[in-house]
Amino acid sequence: MKYALSFLAVVVLAAVAWLGSQVPGMSYIFGVAFPYLAILVFLGGFVYRIVQWAKTPVPFSIQTTCGQGKSLDFIKHNKLEAPHTNAQVIARMALEIFTFRSLFRNTHAQVHDGPKITYESSKWLWLFALIFHYSFLLIIIRHMRFFLDPFPGLLALIEALDGFFSIGNPTWYLTSAGIVVGVLFLFARRIASTKVRYISLINDYFPLFLILGIATTGILMRHFLRTDVDITAIKTLGVGLVTLQPTIQVSLSPLFYTHLFLVCVLLAYFPFSKLMHMGGVFMSPTRNMKNDTRENRHVNPWNPRILPHSYAGYEDEFREYMVEAGLPVEKELPPQKDEE
Amino acid sequence: MSVPKLEQLSKSVVKGPSLATGAVPTKDWMEIPVEFKPGNYAYPAKKEKVEYLNSQKGLHFPNAREWSPEDDDWKLPEDWKDIILQGLKERLDKFRSLKIFMDCCVRCGACADKCHFFLGTGDPKNMPVLRAELLRSVYRNDFTLGGKILGKMVGGREMTVGVLKEWFMYSYQCTECRRCSVFCPYGIDTAEITMMLRELLHLVGVGINWILEPASNSNRTGNHMGLQPHTFKDNVDFLVDDVENLTGVRPNVTFNRKGAEVLFITPSADVFAEPGLYTAMGYMILFEAIGLDYTWSTYASEGGNFGLFTNNETMKKLNAKMYAEAERLGVKYIIGGECGHMWRVLHQYMDTMNGPADFLETPVSAITGTKFQNAASTKMVHITEFTADLIKHGKLKFDKSRNSHVKATFHDSCNTSRAMGLLDEPRYVLDHVVDWVEMPEGTIREQTFCCGSGTGLNTDEIMELRMRSGFPRANAVQYVRDKFDVNMLSCVCAIDRATLTSLNNYWTPEVGVCGVSELVGNAIVQENEGENRANLDEGLRTLV
Ligand code: SF4
Ligand code: SF4
Repeated sequence: MKYALSFLAVVVLAAVAWLGSQVPGMSYIFGVAFPYLAILVFLGGFVYRIVQWAKTPVPFSIQTTCGQGKSLDFIKHNKLEAPHTNAQVIARMALEIFTFRSLFRNTHAQVHDGPKITYESSKWLWLFALIFHYSFLLIIIRHMRFFLDPFPGLLALIEALDGFFSIGNPTWYLTSAGIVVGVLFLFARRIASTKVRYISLINDYFPLFLILGIATTGILMRHFLRTDVDITAIKTLGVGLVTLQPTIQVSLSPLFYTHLFLVCVLLAYFPFSKLMHMGGVFMSPTRNMKNDTRENRHVNPWNPRILPHSYAGYEDEFREYMVEAGLPVEKELPPQKDEE
Repeated sequence: MSVPKLEQLSKSVVKGPSLATGAVPTKDWMEIPVEFKPGNYAYPAKKEKVEYLNSQKGLHFPNAREWSPEDDDWKLPEDWKDIILQGLKERLDKFRSLKIFMDCCVRCGACADKCHFFLGTGDPKNMPVLRAELLRSVYRNDFTLGGKILGKMVGGREMTVGVLKEWFMYSYQCTECRRCSVFCPYGIDTAEITMMLRELLHLVGVGINWILEPASNSNRTGNHMGLQPHTFKDNVDFLVDDVENLTGVRPNVTFNRKGAEVLFITPSADVFAEPGLYTAMGYMILFEAIGLDYTWSTYASEGGNFGLFTNNETMKKLNAKMYAEAERLGVKYIIGGECGHMWRVLHQYMDTMNGPADFLETPVSAITGTKFQNAASTKMVHITEFTADLIKHGKLKFDKSRNSHVKATFHDSCNTSRAMGLLDEPRYVLDHVVDWVEMPEGTIREQTFCCGSGTGLNTDEIMELRMRSGFPRANAVQYVRDKFDVNMLSCVCAIDRATLTSLNNYWTPEVGVCGVSELVGNAIVQENEGENRANLDEGLRTLV
């Protein structure tokens, strides 16, 4: 149900762009106004969110240690899983961000008769998440071709690698397949795993379909409906957008506008959604702090002044017993009054 | 509450209607209200305990009253909803962790089958991600743009009494063990969420007695057991006698002694109940063997911190006693005994909350000369670090055969492992004093399973829940028992010593529980020992 709604939403968005862009005069809206708007919302929203997070204090140092901390010389310190210096933290974060370290650790637990629990390594999510994210990244880099003139050599190299297998004409990119396979796996997993299906929201399906829509329209343009697409005109528009002199010379195909519009929606949706995990992953206190809190004091900016129940108050309450038990006291008992 | 027979529960863990075993709930989780029945909730806090805590400077425990979770009317303050939402807003502005964890979860489900509560109960709301969603749904509704516009469509929901009741149910079915956090790609720590939920609940007077009574005891008498100074001393003195009877050497123990070099603080359960008592005896034998100049305190007679289970103000107030007492007595540094959450508080909160402890010195072992640089700021050393260092320098003489009645395994406490990185020190110590084996991978070190009753849940009225949530731990114990004839589960946590005892009694009755220091005490060879010392066939547990 939730995925059907999300799917429908993406179809409607695509239709809006397909039809809308063909209304005379609208091509400027779809080709120039929306992209600028989307970029503004994306950048503004992204920065706003990061600033909001950054402004919120980290009162306590709460790293999750996933290995031996630094202690005695002869106890082997796990530098990556319980980092003690900034460099080690950076290494830990780099592993997390570039190789999805925590997902790599994933296990699948199952309860059997007995009862008995088994744990087996489960790296599917890790693998497909990696394929998906790296494909996405490389695709973005490849697209710089449309915005940069001249196109830097390094990027051309990446592009060449991406098309390494030279299958088809024009060459299929590995990443085009990668992103589709990745999205489909992530979607299938959401449906097939009862646990994940139970926790999934519209907000989980929507971005998947949106990205799938973007990928499909892109692939259609490159490989199947190529004749409708005027690459030079697209590049002119792209470079124009970047240099703030956008022009639309010829009428571009509705397929192109659909592709572009879905990208705009994704950009605008980004800062207000879970997609912000892209920024958040850098800021999670359990991962980006040092495990050195016994060695170096961490300061809480709003540390309230709260004193313990005082020793004096404690002794006042129990002094008699303490004296009787031979425990040292600060103040002796007052001399006993004689009872009449 | 009566606990189901082993056989019955064993079946129900596997076959019960649960996501863990394949049975899917037919309704959306938001549509399933909680239902309180005897046995599925811990008793609410007694009125007078809440009143006492509320009367303490710096603490805020309003709305003391008689109430029961089973009642429809929880006698909440009239403006309870505003209090909660205001409280949430405040915390979002105070804790980046909370904000990030509310915003960044992608509901990938990697954490879902990592929680021992989920594995043992199969209740989908015990999947860490869903536990967080209980709060996140309200956050989304009231604090995010999408939620404000689209509400329920995007998983937002109104704060209602039903939601509050659900929070109460599930924030006391999480032991803040952080196992989920190890597996989450963003390190989202559901323990933080649980802590916030509990803080929010206290704002409207919803809390459980097994936490608030120990917290108020700790505040007043110095320890959670409520032992008054003379009783505390008596208890320790008994142990001194026992040690003398068993070993022939009488440990020299002092209390509240000014000018001692070291203040020793351990959870009060160690001087109060089995099997912690033997661990305490182990400390004494160790300190006696090396001639440490140390003192116990009756005022700071609790290592454990029940404040951690309520809110950060209470945690701070209770923890502050350690430094206050160290300063009053003029010691040089502090040694801390075997305790899980005491060390979590020490490691992650103490210096921040109550430091800098500049009246103390960076700990230096007078026996080995080792400077504990890793404790340069808190000035507090963990007993197994201290012992490992002694062993490394050859300062202790062991006879491992004195532990020949023991085949041990080691349980990492969630707190010392996942919040501190103390993994190999106890293992190093064990290597020298006892024959031991590891439990299976996936259940030890940073992936260790909780005892199932931490954070103040080791109360008898929820025994079935405890046996279920402790099941993953018990199952790993069962494995090494069957495979290696393990008969002792050692650990460095006082709550574990109490809760694992009940857990083992239920699932693996042949396996006992002990502290690492008990095994150390068993194996130590001292000068001037009594004649029978070598022949204690059950170590410190031998009846004489
Ligand atoms: S592993 Fe982390 S991101 Fe994934 S569902 Fe759990 S809390 Fe959310
Ligand atoms: S902290 Fe532990 S008990 Fe709480 S949700 Fe995570 S795994 Fe479960």
